[in-house]
Amino acid sequence: MKEFNPNYLDFEQPLLEIEGRIKQIKNDPEKTAKADAKITKLDKEHSELTRKIFGNLTDWQISQLARHPLRPYTLDYIPNLFSSFTELHGDRMFGDDAALICGIAKIDEHNFMFIGHQKGRDAKEKVKRNFGMPKPEGYRKALRVMKLAEKFGLPVVTFIDTPGAYPGIDAESRNQSQAIAENLYIMSNLKVPVISIIIGEGGSGGALAIGISDKLGMLENSIYSVISPEGCASILWKDSKKAEQAADALCITAPKLVKFNLVDLIIPEPLGGAHRDYSAMTSSLKMNLISMLEDLKDTDIDEILYKRKEKISSYGKFERS
Amino acid sequence: MSWLDKILPSRIRAEKENKGSVPEGLWHKCLNCDTVIYRAEFEKNLNVCPKCNNHGRISARTRADIILDAEDRIEIFDNIMPVDMLNFKDKEKYKDKLLSTQKKTGEKDAMLVFKGNINKIPAIVCIFEYSFFGGSMGSVVGEKFSLAVKKCIEEKKPLVCFSASGGARMQESLFSLFQMAKTSAALNDLSQKGLPYISVLTDPTMGGVSASLAMLGDINIGEPNALIGFAGPRVIEQTVGEKLPDGFQRSEFLQDHGAIDFILDRNNQKAKLAEIISSLMSNYSSERISK
Ligand SMILES: [Zn+2]
Repeated sequence: MKEFNPNYLDFEQPLLEIEGRIKQIKNDPEKTAKADAKITKLDKEHSELTRKIFGNLTDWQISQLARHPLRPYTLDYIPNLFSSFTELHGDRMFGDDAALICGIAKIDEHNFMFIGHQKGRDAKEKVKRNFGMPKPEGYRKALRVMKLAEKFGLPVVTFIDTPGAYPGIDAESRNQSQAIAENLYIMSNLKVPVISIIIGEGGSGGALAIGISDKLGMLENSIYSVISPEGCASILWKDSKKAEQAADALCITAPKLVKFNLVDLIIPEPLGGAHRDYSAMTSSLKMNLISMLEDLKDTDIDEILYKRKEKISSYGKFERS
Repeated sequence: MSWLDKILPSRIRAEKENKGSVPEGLWHKCLNCDTVIYRAEFEKNLNVCPKCNNHGRISARTRADIILDAEDRIEIFDNIMPVDMLNFKDKEKYKDKLLSTQKKTGEKDAMLVFKGNINKIPAIVCIFEYSFFGGSMGSVVGEKFSLAVKKCIEEKKPLVCFSASGGARMQESLFSLFQMAKTSAALNDLSQKGLPYISVLTDPTMGGVSASLAMLGDINIGEPNALIGFAGPRVIEQTVGEKLPDGFQRSEFLQDHGAIDFILDRNNQKAKLAEIISSLMSNYSSERISK
């Protein structure tokens, strides 16, 4: 009987099977001379199969990858991506929200302020990070850090990875709506360059609240949506099992959003997805981030602001009668 | 049969069994306290129950009649029409649903914009039409709101918005989410010009509309007992797994928690809006702003 491994999605299971066979050969104490050859053959089979599976992903499969249990989160990138990082806690008003990581960061010679969602890997960490769903104090901490960036003339870099802003009694009592709205209002005119990257799940207003930017990038297998495919399916189809159709209808993948001019660039992931090779993913992210920082570095801030406003006011499709 | 049922016309009795719907015709039964009054009397009282002060939902055009002077009032930007740019289809095509909703409501989309006067005070007024896709914000709402802001800046006029919306329009996907950015950015422009923005939040104001233009008023006003919030009560109940406190996410709750400036009965809105705007504009000069 095959063992169920929650760290492999259904369409990744065939890869797990080959990996199991390779492991078996490697662990065999009486390794024959043929073992190495067998492993080489299986490795080749594995990468061919990976290429086949990942060469033709559906939007629903990409949604699953964006929320893969092994997908690198903000804190998995920070140590290898940044040459220095100092975390800043709290909104100075109510508390500290662990679902949003903020701080002073550096890559090579580039200094900037950083804001990123953090989901949490194991059960305990998930609770601590509230599954990456910020409350108003999280968004207000982010706003505080954006204002610091403006004061000291540093760019802002944000990593987006959230199912959405937290829907809870406490969050509503402290005015979740206002916290999000205020960030949109300030970010639209923040007088420093802003770069946002969707690293996993771009969940609605909770994502946008740290996402108004001059350059918006998406990792290859990330998603950005007004509502989760499941949520959309249960409202419009009255059936949450129609999530696969909803994912497709909502146009939430990077290639589609680039086509609609809502997203600027796609950041490639290693074969098999970001979770298969953290170090390759970090390198790809680093290269793209540096090039975005360099692009914006020498541009006059008035020009950046003008372009940002033009871009924001161009959002939307309608007709004139 | 209760005493009330006995005196009710049979048609309203049937409506009562058909829970939640408003009886059509001569009589109106309050959705909150069940008081039955003549429809004409109810409408004369601006769809507010005289017994319990429950504010019933009203159409955007009725709202315009209540708030704006009849003289010199014109609808503007009514040429902006929705398009189905994604060929979105759930159980039915978005394109078809747009057409049938336009036919049913007589409106092109979920927002109307007027240029006119409130007790002789000039203003640009945006009003959400809740019966059009639940007042949801898509590209048309975002564009009309942004154009309204531009008009305010051009003509040095204040902006008033009456929101009634379930949030972003799912059928327009990320385009609708980004209208939150578009409307908030427009309001930043308006603010820089020193022109007032009064946001009146009516039942219901939720999701992407609450978390953008509706909460960004210089003055935020709630209609009595309006449901206002980011997440819907059902979603919250499912997430936290407990029953929500009484009055949660209602205007009175929001005022208690510091989210809105005050609550204003529909009957007093016209006079109060005129009074506030004339105070806020009393020292307005474009020279002062440009300094
Ligand atoms: Zn009543």
